[in-house]
Amino acid sequence: MATSTTWLLRPLQERSTQIFLGILIAALAVVTFLHLAMPEGSALHVSAYTVTLLGKYLCYALLAVAVDLVWGYLGILSLGHGAFFALGGYAMGMYLMRQIGDRGTYGDPVLPDFMVFLNWDSLPWYWQGFDMAWFAFAMVLLVPGALAFVFGYLAFRSRVTGVYLSIITQALTFALMLAFFRNEMGFGGNNGLTDFRDILGFNLRTDATRLGLFIATGVALAIGYVVCRAIVTSKLGRVSVACRDAEARTRFLGYRVERVQLFVFVVSAMLAGVAGALYVPQVGIINPSEFSPLFSIEVVVWVALGGRATLYGAVIGALLVNYAKTVFTGVMPDAWLFALGGLFVLVTVFLPKGIAGLLQKRIKRKNDDDPVKPQEATA
Amino acid sequence: MSMLDQLTNRDQVFDFLAPVASPVDVRHGPILYMEDVNVSFDGFKAINNLNLTIDDGELRCIIGPNGAGKTTMMDIITGKTRPDTGSVWFGSRHNLLTMNEPDIATLGIGRKFQKPTVFEALTVFENLELAMAADKRILPTLTAIMKPENREQIDEVLEMIGLKDLRDKLAGILSHGQKQWLEIGMLLMQKPRLLLVDEPVAGMTEQEMERTAELLTGLAGKQSVVVVEHDMGFVRSIARQVTVLHQGGVLAEGTMDQVSNDPEVIKVYLGEEA
Repeated sequence: MATSTTWLLRPLQERSTQIFLGILIAALAVVTFLHLAMPEGSALHVSAYTVTLLGKYLCYALLAVAVDLVWGYLGILSLGHGAFFALGGYAMGMYLMRQIGDRGTYGDPVLPDFMVFLNWDSLPWYWQGFDMAWFAFAMVLLVPGALAFVFGYLAFRSRVTGVYLSIITQALTFALMLAFFRNEMGFGGNNGLTDFRDILGFNLRTDATRLGLFIATGVALAIGYVVCRAIVTSKLGRVSVACRDAEARTRFLGYRVERVQLFVFVVSAMLAGVAGALYVPQVGIINPSEFSPLFSIEVVVWVALGGRATLYGAVIGALLVNYAKTVFTGVMPDAWLFALGGLFVLVTVFLPKGIAGLLQKRIKRKNDDDPVKPQEATA
Repeated sequence: MSMLDQLTNRDQVFDFLAPVASPVDVRHGPILYMEDVNVSFDGFKAINNLNLTIDDGELRCIIGPNGAGKTTMMDIITGKTRPDTGSVWFGSRHNLLTMNEPDIATLGIGRKFQKPTVFEALTVFENLELAMAADKRILPTLTAIMKPENREQIDEVLEMIGLKDLRDKLAGILSHGQKQWLEIGMLLMQKPRLLLVDEPVAGMTEQEMERTAELLTGLAGKQSVVVVEHDMGFVRSIARQVTVLHQGGVLAEGTMDQVSNDPEVIKVYLGEEA
C-alpha cells in the first residue's frame, strides 16, 4: 500500500509544489471570502461574473498543464489538445442536456431541444446513459483517453514524431470540428449544446453554484498539477526527458519509447478532458468552435509564454494571456491577435524560457548574492 | 493481449515455445567465438574468413586501417548485420546469429558508439539511474523507488569513471572526455559480460586518454572488453593482446611488440603511417 502510492504523494514534499498549492489555495480562499463577505457595491466585492471568469481561467490553466506535460517533458508538440478539451466538454454538455428534462422549449421529457427540432423520434444510442452523473463523469475521462490511446498507439508505433506529429494532431482536431458541425452527428451541430439548468441537482444560474464550480476547478487544477508533478519527478519522468532528448539512446537502454509516449499522452488527454468538463457548466455552452485548430495553437502559446517544462509556468502563462485577452478584447477587440502574436515573438526572442525562466533566474541570483553560502564563507 | 500479439507475429517463435533464457556458459573458455565469418556488401567483401576468439575477462584491442572491417565486425556481434556464412557464439550456449539486437543487449553485450550520446538535460547520477538494469516497463518505472543497493551500485560506477564530484551536475556541461566516461559508466550499469568500445579516445586530450586507459584496464578481469582504436600510442598503453584486421580478415595477433615487429603488419599498416 505504502509503496504503491508514495510516488503520487512525493510532490507534496517538494518546495515548489508546496508554494504552488499554497498560492492556489490562498487565491481560492480570498476570492471566496471577497465574494461572500463583502457587500455588493463595495470596491472589494468580487461579483459572480468575475468568479465565473476566474473559474474559466483555471480551466485553461489545467489545459495548459496538460499540454506542458507532453510538450515540455516528452517533446511532443500537440497542436490538437483542444480536441480532448472539447470532447470532455461535450461529455459534460450531454449530461447537462439530459438534466434539463422536460423544461426545454419543446417540453420533451427525453429528447434535447435540437433533436425535437430535427424531428428525431428517439435518443441515439451514444446518448444513452448520459442522464447518470457517474456515467457522464467517467466518459469525461474515458472518451478523450480512448481517442488519445488509439491516435497515440498508431502514431508512436510508427515512430511519427516532431513536426509530422504536430501536423497530424492539428488535422485530428480539424476533422473533429468539421464532424461536430454536422447536424446528423447528433451533437447539436453549429449551435452545440446550451441552455443548461442543473448540475447534480444544483441550479447553474445561482451564485452559490457558480462559486462551487470555481472552487471545484481550483481543486481539479491542484490535483492535476500534483499528478503531473508526480509523473515528472518519477523515474518515468526522467525517462520521458530521455525520450525527448535522445530517443534512439533511450531505446538502446531497453525502454519501450512508444509506450512511454503513449502513457503520458493519454494521461495528458484525460486532464484536458477534465478541464473541458469544468469549463462547459461555467461558460454555459459547448460548440464545435472549441475544436478549432486556432484554439489549440493558442494553448501552445500560453505554455511557451509561461515557460516550458515547469508546469507552473504553464499556469502562469494561461492566466496572464487570458486576463490580457479579456482586457484587450474589451478595449481594442481588433488588436488582440496582433498583441498576442507580438507577445509571442518578444518572449521567444528575449525570454526563451518564458516567464518561469525569468523567475528561476531571479531566485538563482538571489541565492548567489546570499552572503552565508557555506563554501564561500569558509574559503 | 500479449498472447494475441504473439500469435499474429509470424517472424518470431512463440514465447511459450522458446527456451528459457539461460546464463552465458564460459566454462569451456572463450566468451566470444567467431569462425569463418564472411560478409559482402554488393560484391565487396567487408569481412573475409574472419576467425576471432575473446577469452572471458580479456581486454583486447583491435586495430587496422580504414575499411579493414572493424565496425562491420561489431555490427555482426551486436546483431545489426547478418553474416553470409560462418558462426558466432557467445559463450558455448548462445548462437548470436539466431538472436536480435535487444536480446543480444539483454544477454550482456554492451556497445559504445564512437560519438558519445548522454542525456544532457539530466544529471550524471540520473543518467546512470536510467541505464541501471531494472524492470523497464511503464508502471514499475513510474513507481520505482531508489533502493540503497541501487544507490551504492551507482556510486560504485561513479567512482570507477571518476565523475563522483560531478554526480549532481547536468550531463550537458561535461567535457567531451567526461561524456565518453559517463557513457561507459552507463554501459557498466547494465552489467554486461562483454563490452564493445568503438574509438574511445577520439578527440581526447593526453590526460583524458590516460584516465580512459586506466578505466578500461580496470574493467578487464571483471568484464571482457574489446576496444577498436586508431591511436597506436593509446593501444600500446592498454593492450596485452592485439589483433590486426586487414581487408576483412585477421592479419596478425599477439602482444603489441610481436605485432608491431611483424613484417606483414608493417607493410600494410604501420608502414603506411610512417
